[in-house]
Amino acid sequence: MINFQYLRTTSAKSALALLQKDKNAKFIAGGTNLIDLMKRGVTSPEKLIDINHVPLRQIELVGHNIIIGALASNTNVAENKLIKEKLPLLAMALNAGASAQLRNVATVGGNMMQRTRCGYFYDTEMPCNKREPGSGCGAIGGFNRMHAIFGTSDKCIAVHPSDMCVALTALDAVVVIANAKGERKLLFKDFHRLPGDTPQLDNNLKADEMIIRLEIPANNLAAHSHYLKVRDRASYAFALVSVAAAVEISDNKIKDVRLAMGGVAHKPWRLTASEDFLKGKEANAQNFEQAASLAMSGAKGFGENDFKLAMSPNSIIEALNLATAKV
Amino acid sequence: MQSSDKESNRGDTRRDFLKKSSVITAIALTPAAAVKAAENQADERFAELFEKIPLNITVNNKAYSTSVEPRVTLLDYLREELHLTGTKKGCDHGQCGACTLHADGERINSCLSLAVMNEGKKITTIEGLASGAELHPMQAAFIKHDGFQCGYCTPGQIMSAVACVNEGHTGSRAEIAEYMSGNICRCGAYPNIVDAIIEVSKGGAKV
Ligand SMILES: Cc1cc2nc3c(=O)[nH]c(=O)nc-3n(C[C@H](O)[C@H](O)[C@H](O)COP(=O)(O)OP(=O)(O)OC[C@H]3O[C@@H](n4cnc5c(N)ncnc54)[C@H](O)[C@@H]3O)c2cc1C
Ligand code: SF4
Ligand code: FES
Ligand code: FES
Repeated sequence: MINFQYLRTTSAKSALALLQKDKNAKFIAGGTNLIDLMKRGVTSPEKLIDINHVPLRQIELVGHNIIIGALASNTNVAENKLIKEKLPLLAMALNAGASAQLRNVATVGGNMMQRTRCGYFYDTEMPCNKREPGSGCGAIGGFNRMHAIFGTSDKCIAVHPSDMCVALTALDAVVVIANAKGERKLLFKDFHRLPGDTPQLDNNLKADEMIIRLEIPANNLAAHSHYLKVRDRASYAFALVSVAAAVEISDNKIKDVRLAMGGVAHKPWRLTASEDFLKGKEANAQNFEQAASLAMSGAKGFGENDFKLAMSPNSIIEALNLATAKV
Repeated sequence: MQSSDKESNRGDTRRDFLKKSSVITAIALTPAAAVKAAENQADERFAELFEKIPLNITVNNKAYSTSVEPRVTLLDYLREELHLTGTKKGCDHGQCGACTLHADGERINSCLSLAVMNEGKKITTIEGLASGAELHPMQAAFIKHDGFQCGYCTPGQIMSAVACVNEGHTGSRAEIAEYMSGNICRCGAYPNIVDAIIEVSKGGAKV
């Protein structure tokens, strides 16, 4: 790891002022992704701004919104009583990610900003448009077992690796972002980007901005929600495919439903067509099957990841079954 | 893997190299005045002063006031600066759990935490677990249940096992396995490790 300047700050305001002065500086929160990438030489910031002492670790209910500070740790969110009760989907997704050691330091903001696990992105000897725009993509036509089947471009087929973000997409979270001048809000589903011609950009956070908190509107989905993660070993591995499913049922009919997938696209992938189809219908096998097949429109495999074309609909059905079976 | 306890000699040369290379980086990143100072042979000290950050940290109940380069991880600081080599370096990338220790009572991977990020914290490593000659109950249970094979990853396993009990994640064998999954042992001692953890959590010993 080459050396860098280290600056510690205690308020969002001073963190943003430091960033304003030097847009190539990087925030460090838990460090579990950034330090890894720095050790591998994938990124070499000249300045790190340590934001761990910025008081943004709150988890609270304000009016109809559950507020989570950007620096709340993944463990504190997952183990929080309010979250377990109101947003069990989020707690499940967090607990499905990484290990207890990592979740203790990994933060909400850092989790949203974590970079893809594409092997070519990590290997600085290999071409990768995300790491080095214009150098090509090693994964297209290469080892792409982990890669995307939705929303890909001929520049990049990487997936976003986060579990937490899949749940947040399904839960209609709102991201509150600040720069030195003030705050703005962005729907979570618009936070991450598809690769298009600019795969180097993972999301819509600008160079002078900081994630401050999340606002998640209260919902009636808690009773029937499930996060399903399919992976190569029982725990501590990234998802091949994951599904966040949350359903509100009344009078035997689906009143509201949220479906999002991980491991299949450059961003958490919301299944709007499937949701629209299911609303007002009965929660039964036939409808789940149809919803799952609707979800697959536009899917495209790249060889080694073709198995995801069959694994995805099966996982959607399984997640819906598990969510609705809960009492 | 660049770390076994016997390799501290090699560690020294590596440190020397890091020192030299950091002087070079310092010049590249430093304002003109400092570079000039460096050229005038006021160099190494200046460069080091410029780069090192004060660090106050308590390790195994002992307070240290030192200074470190920002890029030094907590793992390297403990092993190379404080010569506390009980905490092991396996993957160095957060994947194996060999470097697990407790920071302010929570288990973390010390390979992915910068030493300077732990300013003011209380660190407990495997060396700080036993009180005097008496083994910690988890250490005793690991021995009793033969919870280690080659022993390399054992310090991290034990630190995780203690945390697992403190966190209350010992409800079933499956829960224990899940909460120990961040410690990847190549020697396949898992069932014995789970036995040891069950014994300690049932024993109600203070861990
Ligand atoms: C071995 C291993 C296994 C893992 N498995 C999983 C898994 O299964 N599922 C999963 O979801 N994740 C997994 N992770 C990833 C882990 O969840 C992330 O590393 C973690 O969430 C990142 O959070 P952090 O606080 O440590 O971020 P950091 O490493 O500190 O930062 C990451 C990025 O976010 C930026 N950043 C941080 N905070 C802010 C902010 N407030 N505003 C703007 N930018 C910010 C930083 O500048 C940096 O670019 C794994 C990681 C490892 C090492
Ligand atoms: S898929 Fe994206 S991240 Fe992976 S090599 Fe191609 S461009 Fe790079
Ligand atoms: S050495 Fe830290 S997790 Fe492997
Ligand atoms: S005991 Fe040998 S690696 Fe775990």
